[in-house]
Amino acid sequence: MNGFEWLVPSLLTIVTAATPLVFAAVGEIVVEKSGVLNLGVEGMMIIGAIAAFAVAVSSGNATLAVIAGALGGTAMALIFGVLTLWLLSNQVATGLALTIFGIGLSALIGHAFIGTTFAGLPRLDISGLSDLPVVGPLLFGQDALVYLSVGSVVAVTWFLNRSRWGLIVRAVGENHDAAHSIGYPVIAVRLAAVAFGGAMAGLGGAYLSLAYTPLWAENMTAGRGWIALALVVFASWRAWRAFFGAYLFGGITIIQLHAQGMGVSIPSQFLSMLPYLATIVVLVLISRDGTRARLNAPACLGRSFHASG
Amino acid sequence: MKQLKKLATLLASGLAVAAITAGSAQAEPLKVGFVYVGSVGDYGWNYAHNRGRLALEEALGDKVKTSYVENVAEGPDAQRVITQLANTGHDLIFTTSFGFMNPTLRVAKDFPNVKFEHATGFKRADNLATYSARFYEGRHIAGIISGKMTKTGNIGYIASFPIPEVIRGINAATIAARSVNPNAKMKVIWVSTWGDPGKEADAAKTLIDQGVDVIMQHTDSPAAVRVAEERGVYAFGQASDMVAFGPKAHLTAIIDNWDPYYIARAKAAMDGTWTSTDTWGGFKSGMVVMSPYNPAIPGNVVALAEAARKGIIDGSVHPFAGPLKDQAGKIVVEAGKNAEDGMLLGMNFYVEGVEGKIPQ
Repeated sequence: MNGFEWLVPSLLTIVTAATPLVFAAVGEIVVEKSGVLNLGVEGMMIIGAIAAFAVAVSSGNATLAVIAGALGGTAMALIFGVLTLWLLSNQVATGLALTIFGIGLSALIGHAFIGTTFAGLPRLDISGLSDLPVVGPLLFGQDALVYLSVGSVVAVTWFLNRSRWGLIVRAVGENHDAAHSIGYPVIAVRLAAVAFGGAMAGLGGAYLSLAYTPLWAENMTAGRGWIALALVVFASWRAWRAFFGAYLFGGITIIQLHAQGMGVSIPSQFLSMLPYLATIVVLVLISRDGTRARLNAPACLGRSFHASG
Repeated sequence: MKQLKKLATLLASGLAVAAITAGSAQAEPLKVGFVYVGSVGDYGWNYAHNRGRLALEEALGDKVKTSYVENVAEGPDAQRVITQLANTGHDLIFTTSFGFMNPTLRVAKDFPNVKFEHATGFKRADNLATYSARFYEGRHIAGIISGKMTKTGNIGYIASFPIPEVIRGINAATIAARSVNPNAKMKVIWVSTWGDPGKEADAAKTLIDQGVDVIMQHTDSPAAVRVAEERGVYAFGQASDMVAFGPKAHLTAIIDNWDPYYIARAKAAMDGTWTSTDTWGGFKSGMVVMSPYNPAIPGNVVALAEAARKGIIDGSVHPFAGPLKDQAGKIVVEAGKNAEDGMLLGMNFYVEGVEGKIPQ
């Protein structure tokens, strides 16, 4: 070993660890920017994971599987949307219920798929570019979902800051009464945002069961939906910060595993805690201006809207 | 005469009633309950116990009726679930996780006529038996194979939590690997979970990046086997045959086989020979089984592994035979002696050849 052979595979592992978080966190940012707090990310992710895996095993088609993952997450999100936006149920309680429901339902669907596997997602292979040292496999050798996750960060950042519809989403999230009074369809905008968040969470789940570990295991999201939710807050609702946070979290996770393998004697509980700690510290630092951070939080977050109210 | 006839009729009808009662007692199936800590779909620990339950149903047919409760949290909730099973007429109840020990003991005191069995614990009562399996015997075989199959001399171990059961497995594998390959080293990564496929996969990739070319695990998902297949190294299945996840990578698996135990205990409960026992079975009693060896393992290595397995069965081989040294080089088991069960049950040190320290 020349000391650097491990570098590229480690960086690749970090990309894999971060990608599902990027999807889920970026999706949730749009949802929360529209003023809806959906705590059901974990439930939407795991339904996305089983939907994608089921279709992948049954059809053998990776593209169909990815679409199924997104649709699975969307379907869950629509349940949440109808309950909270039309029936005005409590968003926190409904979101929590969505997570519990998703975990249970995915276990039920997944029963038939225990012990099966498939080839996984194909990786990009551009002759010449993908073979470059270090940057080749990192930049030109990933699977399609990784590029999609990076693209979604750029797209969502542009959408929320530069596009007309993005500004409408934010207006609805900041003050739904004002948005309503000047004629914006608050419920429709929020439902669209919730559906988008569901699709993204579903993609995150699909990445888990298709690329991260191409297999199905019950509860395989293992809390990643909650980490994504935390990233949203600590990233103060900015997609690029959530992206950075996800890679930081993934990076520290992998580094602590490396430290253990090299025999560094730090308590493993501390090492397991480290990614959470580091992510919190760094994101608190970059958003340490409290007033601005609060300004960035959608003012109507978590509040139900009723046109007569 | 008339009276005599009446008496006879009475007697006959009485006999008939007795016969019916006896008949129904015969047909009344033994109700067996199972309590699982996780889901039956984990493809690991709980999956194996549930497979045992299904084997019991198949073997004894309509003479038994089984039911199970999965995803039972260790703690007060467990006591509620176990009480519920006892209340609903279950005659024999298996609780299959270490953390169910105290709840099972408390419920056993409340229901002296119900028979209880607790897996991996050490507290017993007249109606509470314990049972566990000597998985370290399987680790011994896996260790021999990994010592022979590694080219780099680095073997990796994905570990869950630093409890004696897990440490025992790491030590057994290390001792066996070094018995056939004195330069072999064991790298251990603790992931602080029994089942998170993503994290297990990350740990497997990290081990491979650090030069490991044979991976063992004490976590439940097949993620590591899948990673090993992708990266072209070897791995062992855990609890179930995981060959489907890595036909090239999967060398063999240590399979938990509770089937014979559950069938034997249910039969004992039926014919009244059930007593509170402490069972710690291994290869000999069929509780631990190796899945088919990968054809990639050379014939002489298979022969070595099989010889060790037979040796463990006939008692000529012990996975913790002296002389054994701990990491500091101190002799912990004298030459010519074997580690006693008490030491194995409370094992809290690494043997020579394991890298790193046990997390405290």
